[in-house]
Amino acid sequence: MIVAERKPVGEILKMISDAKRVLILGCRGCVSVCSAGGEREVEILASMLKVGRKKEGKPIEIIEASLVRQCDKEYIDSIDQWDGQFDAILSMACGVGVNFIANLRPMVNVLPAVNTSFFGGSSEQGVWTEQCAGCGDCVLHLTGGLCPVARCAKSLMNGPCGGSQDGVCEIHKDVPCIWQSVYEKMNGLGRQQEMLELAPIRDWRSAGHGGPRTAVRDDLTV
Amino acid sequence: MSDFTPNIQVFCCHYTSQQALAVSPEGLQADGFPAGANINRVVCGGKLKVSSLLKAFEDGADGVCVVACPEDKCHNLMGSQRAAKRAGAVKKALAELDLEPERISMHHLERGFHQEFVTVAQEMEQRVKAMGPSPIKGEE
Ligand code: SF4
Ligand code: SF4
Repeated sequence: MIVAERKPVGEILKMISDAKRVLILGCRGCVSVCSAGGEREVEILASMLKVGRKKEGKPIEIIEASLVRQCDKEYIDSIDQWDGQFDAILSMACGVGVNFIANLRPMVNVLPAVNTSFFGGSSEQGVWTEQCAGCGDCVLHLTGGLCPVARCAKSLMNGPCGGSQDGVCEIHKDVPCIWQSVYEKMNGLGRQQEMLELAPIRDWRSAGHGGPRTAVRDDLTV
Repeated sequence: MSDFTPNIQVFCCHYTSQQALAVSPEGLQADGFPAGANINRVVCGGKLKVSSLLKAFEDGADGVCVVACPEDKCHNLMGSQRAAKRAGAVKKALAELDLEPERISMHHLERGFHQEFVTVAQEMEQRVKAMGPSPIKGEE
């Protein structure tokens, strides 16, 4: 899922300093699962903003709502029911949701209430870790299912750098060297010989270095 | 500022509030429970929501106390630990909003009626009196 975190409330208060009525719009997709922007977080943010604005002596009207997703056109259409009732939308979806609203409603002032951080999973309750960087040319079949693009600090493709010490990455003592893990995994699978194969220089265009990416499924377009 | 009657909202679980609620409000006050303190009972500390605690401040509380079972002796196993985490989240939220984090406190008490239950609210009353009314009460 896409993992996000609420922005500091001071930053949000600053963004909406001129607004008298705000629609806080949660998303029941990824950000709900990572507890950054679902219904519960909408409720919490609404309360924090009301408290913050009362303190500033500028009370604010807030509409609280959530969409099934903010990354699909048909769900965005439902925001029209609040037309004329808000000065700004504070979207608690990932950046995709904010962009979608901005694309589809040119006259709506939409603002991000979360920082979209990474693609990850919940490794234990309340903890999320990055696992994939969406590079568009997956190599997990060569690395025992462990991603060197997202999980190696340098995105190296041919084994660890010289900073790998006792299985730990040189950037921080709490970061495992993913190449050490790849080696152990491949060894366990009896596939260590495959690691001698050199990975060619990569073409990073598929990773977004060639501009914004688009996926088209001709069989689904009517 | 110390002559005002602080609005103190005490949130407690079914077990820690049992006896306190059995006694009449007058009886509780005779034991020293502050006049401006109000008990909000939830079935379990784990049921307490961050938003309900924040809402108490939104609605004019000067201080909030959360009371739940001892950490290792919660009737519902993890409820009181969850309550403590949520009180902690509200403490952080208050700090983020430049409000005194001391306006919320967490307590773990044995079930039944204990003087500590009253003390918890008294201590909050003292603290709030020293800090003054919540700055968000202002003019509505
Ligand atoms: S808008 Fe973002 S957070 Fe919401 S479902 Fe879509 S991708 Fe996930
Ligand atoms: S190789 Fe690319 S697509 Fe595969 S997991 Fe890593 S970043 Fe994601």
